[in-house]
Amino acid sequence: MIGRQRDENPAGIDLPLEPLPGHTSRGRLERVLRRGEFAVTTELNPPDSADPEDVYNRARIFDGWVDAINAVDASGANCHMSSVGICALLTRMGYAPIMQIACRDRNRIAIQGDVLGGAAMGVANMLCLTGDGVQAGDQPGAKPVFDLDCMSLLETCRIMRDNGKFLSGRKLTTPPRLFLGAAINPFAPPIDFRPHRLGKKIAAGAQFVQSQYCFDVPMFRTYMQKVRDLGFTEKCFILCGVGPLASAKTAKWIRSNVPGIHIPDQIVKRLEGAEDQKKEGKQLCIDIINEVKEIPGVSGVHVMAYRQEEYVAEIVDESGVLKGRQPWKREIRRDDQLVADRLDHILHDEITETQVDMVKTAH
Amino acid sequence: MPEIQPTTAEGGLTQATIVKKAAAKSDYKPADVSPQRRVQRSFAVRLWSVRHSRLLEWFYARFADMFLLLHPLWKGIGYGRVEGPIKFVEKRVKGFMFDCRMCGQCVLSSTGMSCPMNCPKQLRNGPCGGVRANGNCEVEPDMPCVWVKAWEGSQNMVHGDKILDVQKPVDQSLRETSAWLRVTAQTAAARESTQAAKTGAPT
Repeated sequence: MIGRQRDENPAGIDLPLEPLPGHTSRGRLERVLRRGEFAVTTELNPPDSADPEDVYNRARIFDGWVDAINAVDASGANCHMSSVGICALLTRMGYAPIMQIACRDRNRIAIQGDVLGGAAMGVANMLCLTGDGVQAGDQPGAKPVFDLDCMSLLETCRIMRDNGKFLSGRKLTTPPRLFLGAAINPFAPPIDFRPHRLGKKIAAGAQFVQSQYCFDVPMFRTYMQKVRDLGFTEKCFILCGVGPLASAKTAKWIRSNVPGIHIPDQIVKRLEGAEDQKKEGKQLCIDIINEVKEIPGVSGVHVMAYRQEEYVAEIVDESGVLKGRQPWKREIRRDDQLVADRLDHILHDEITETQVDMVKTAH
Repeated sequence: MPEIQPTTAEGGLTQATIVKKAAAKSDYKPADVSPQRRVQRSFAVRLWSVRHSRLLEWFYARFADMFLLLHPLWKGIGYGRVEGPIKFVEKRVKGFMFDCRMCGQCVLSSTGMSCPMNCPKQLRNGPCGGVRANGNCEVEPDMPCVWVKAWEGSQNMVHGDKILDVQKPVDQSLRETSAWLRVTAQTAAARESTQAAKTGAPT
């Protein structure tokens, strides 16, 4: 056991952690949240490629800054590498992925199969989503499935985990151990129904939720007040979604073209007034993090920096939400490093060894 | 969560528009609405039903009682035989009032008299996160969100808090069957079993 970090299986980084009492999963994210630490999650921009290195490179920039990485399931109905595939790669390297499952593309038969497959690969966290409509994406001619909705999907996963059964009642030999998540959007109408909807999601099985982009902190604060009054913050970890805006133009575009993201005028004005809009966007994100982390009941932030992933580390660092804690980081084990150092020369030296020569030197 | 966004996004174009523009030109240009709206009339009646959800809830309760009273009759004729005519009436009446899609497992009383099957994503447990700021649908910008209406409707109803129950996924094998007869038969069966339990004589 060399150079072992907290929340790491000594037998191998890709293996699930020791089960702890009161925990439903064997993953890192649940441990961080249940310890009461302020969690940071982020989203991996899925590659349009069949090269695993593309996934590893995109995950590497988050090393040591985030507790879990969302593997998105064709977000915005745009086709990319599947979330199951990304999770398979990430778990191999020891990362803690959050497997997003959208109801748009698969029916209940396929989804339950993927839940088992994902859990078998070591995915501990699953995020149950309805998914964007197909009209939003690059293939609007696709058939929208929506066999389940996010609520019945949550319940299906919970039944599989707790009762050890498929939705049909057929038994599972080994139930998946999962930490179940859902999404919330406190910024879309009907505003007064939104807290109750979170209650429904908790009833269906949600243990943590990630919110849509928060740009309107007062609105989020009102929502959290209501949620606290209803007693939901004790039953569920709430992660606030944040992210940097690249420019005022992007903000305006998002506001008019991406449904469900609410950006108030003063945010756009602030960006317009700035000299370096990209830098201001990052600063704005940090300011919002600093405000939301003080709201009681907020257990973490979900940093979505689409196409600005390199900023995630800076945002997390400068906002100081980790309070000096370092999330799990992929490190080369010391014994592996030793072997690599000793044998490194064979990659560079031009030696052609023949078996005859090797016999000679061996004696 | 919606993805923000594509390099192709300059100038306020959505990907869907780009695809449409790239399609081959022809003389026939279908109306620019989603496939779902092509089979649907205007939704004025449906919105009226939501506005009068309390009246309809009252009426529905009486109506269900009446159907239950007629249970011996349905049973006498045979549920299988009455299904045809009842379904014919149910489909037309609910189709007119609620734009019913005949899922066969009606949840109108739990959804403020706004039929959730009219949601393009057929959500049965509340609105998705994509509802526009004006309360319209993400997929169909000119249609009021079915679930915004459902919440409004449920606020008027006596048992409006049923909207907070988690609904099971739709059983697709029950499509195009009569929800009225199913509910009646189930209630009758439940009533008989409680009566049997009360008289205390388990066969």
